[in-house]
Amino acid sequence: MLALEKRPNPSRFWLYATPVVAVALTMVAGGVMFAILGKNPFEVVRTIFWVPLFGEFAWYLRGQLLVKAGPLILIAVGLSLGFRAGIWNIGAEGQYIMGAIFGAAVGLAVFPTENRLIFPVMILAGLFGGWIWAMIPAILKTRFNTNEILVSLMLVYVAQTILAMASTNFLRNPEGSGFPGSRNFSSYPAASNPELIAGTGIHWGVVTAVFVVVAAHVLLQRHLLGFQIKLAGQAPRAARFHGVSPNRLVVLCMGVSGALAGVAGLFEVTGPAGQISIDFNVGYGFTAIIVAFLGRLNPVGILFAGLLMALTYIGGEMAATNLGLPSAAIQAFQGMLLFFLLAVDVMTNYRIRFAAMGAR
Amino acid sequence: MDFGAINPVVLVASLMVAAVPIMLAAIGELVVEKAGVLNLGVEGMMIMGAICGFIVAVRTGSPLAGFAGGALGGAVLSAIFAFLTQFLLANQVATGLALTLFGLGLSALMGQGYNGIKPPVTGPVPFGPLADIPVLGRILFSHDWMVYGSVLVVAAVWWVLTRTRTGLIIRAVGESHDAAHALGYKVNRIRLGCILFGGAMAGLGGAYISLVRVPQWVDGITAGAGWIALAIVVFASWKPWRVLVGAYLFGGITVLQLNLQAAGSTIPVEYLSMSPYLVTILVLVLMSSGRGRAGLNAPAALGQNFHAAR
Repeated sequence: MLALEKRPNPSRFWLYATPVVAVALTMVAGGVMFAILGKNPFEVVRTIFWVPLFGEFAWYLRGQLLVKAGPLILIAVGLSLGFRAGIWNIGAEGQYIMGAIFGAAVGLAVFPTENRLIFPVMILAGLFGGWIWAMIPAILKTRFNTNEILVSLMLVYVAQTILAMASTNFLRNPEGSGFPGSRNFSSYPAASNPELIAGTGIHWGVVTAVFVVVAAHVLLQRHLLGFQIKLAGQAPRAARFHGVSPNRLVVLCMGVSGALAGVAGLFEVTGPAGQISIDFNVGYGFTAIIVAFLGRLNPVGILFAGLLMALTYIGGEMAATNLGLPSAAIQAFQGMLLFFLLAVDVMTNYRIRFAAMGAR
Repeated sequence: MDFGAINPVVLVASLMVAAVPIMLAAIGELVVEKAGVLNLGVEGMMIMGAICGFIVAVRTGSPLAGFAGGALGGAVLSAIFAFLTQFLLANQVATGLALTLFGLGLSALMGQGYNGIKPPVTGPVPFGPLADIPVLGRILFSHDWMVYGSVLVVAAVWWVLTRTRTGLIIRAVGESHDAAHALGYKVNRIRLGCILFGGAMAGLGGAYISLVRVPQWVDGITAGAGWIALAIVVFASWKPWRVLVGAYLFGGITVLQLNLQAAGSTIPVEYLSMSPYLVTILVLVLMSSGRGRAGLNAPAALGQNFHAAR
């Protein structure tokens, strides 16, 4: 009979080994799922994890990797701060949409003015849009003790409706002959977010993501606020004695994660997506939750986790076109990864012991 | 606003149908939370129930088998949650989110090739002459058996939780798992049972969406119903009968906004379709603050994992 025994201290080995083991287990379980779907599991796993990096079109796909990893990392770093403090913002998808709408609206309002200040102001508007959308659950939580999980999630649905309104109504391209969707930012240089170095996929969002990873790392390791965030999550009572105000942390963590999600949306809509359209958001706000956990809620870990998750997106698309794998399969695959991660995580804090039946 | 085009009798009758999925999911989640477990995967379990129920119903041609399949699908998914949180002591919030993300993906995968098919019809219960009574007949005696079944489930849960020894044990586990453990109850096994019940109810609710409410298969068909069910548990302050009230209230809002859309109301469609979510937030605020503090009624051990460290 197996029994769990609590470790006196979390195992450092398993802290780093869990993501690796979880990915390996997901490959096995995913392989079984692909086999059930009638595909050759080895071929699919190779297409997802190997071909985008070293295959025939790797020169193009490696760039795409950064395009997809950028927003995931930006959002996940913000979310991880809250998750560490026990504040669950799961409405990043809504904040992402609102940031994109706010930022795009600013840019479109001054169309076709050419001024180098336009894009920075749009970035501020994107930050603000995400921040204000995250402030709703934050203020409701601090003022009325409302559950932030449910409120932030409900606001995703509201944001999606507003996005539909924006693309069919108030942000619609007046020269678009009635089709939904805004003007394309690629034909409006002052407000666009182009590739900075051709062929690398690096745009301002990717640069910001790297900067945010470093900033968050410094915050958590060297700054009092970072200590307070960690303390509030691990020992809420001790945090209260230490003088940490829970309400301040809620407002801060929700605000930062909202602003980062918002700016990620702005970079996406002005760059890779190109325009506000009904479905420009592809669920990065939700996938970022997996990224945050896969990266062990650690900024540097999230950097790698974001790249890995971007790889599954691109590999999934490759498998869809080359092998006819349904695109939903990759979503299930990503969900599976989170399951295995949470399951293997038990090894960090517990030891497995073989105990005799009936023995106490 | 023009209410003239909306027939109040039809409105009440259809809100009873609209309330079934969230009522079932919410009453299941209520039992889970009463046992001290917070399963945020209701949305994932519902959509798994929706697709499993749909597939079984289409393959067998029997709605009854479909509902059984839906309940089974939800329960199987919840078993993953139970294994992770009860035996591997994983964080309940994170695992619940994983359940939803995984359920949405897997359901879309399983639903390939089932788009655009009509499921077998679940007919109304034959009440004979009762159904011909004006007004009351339309409201009370024109529904399929799931509408009555869902109310019966609420009644049964109320009875078990407040009037039986089983209910007392479930509540003890949810209020203080250490005390329950000291009394010799198997905390994790009791919670496992409650989680499976919650999963089955969510699956049943999901199956009702794909088999009766819509009725066809579309990716992401539950559209947040699972999250609204979670909100209803808070709204009900963990009391079974209030789940009934909450579900009818939300069913009413959903039906009313759909009717207003159809009646060509002057309010833009977008405002109407976001209204159920906004009302949910409003209700959460009202219930969580002031004198009606629902939080005070929450099970004391809600969301905490239990590990018997001898």
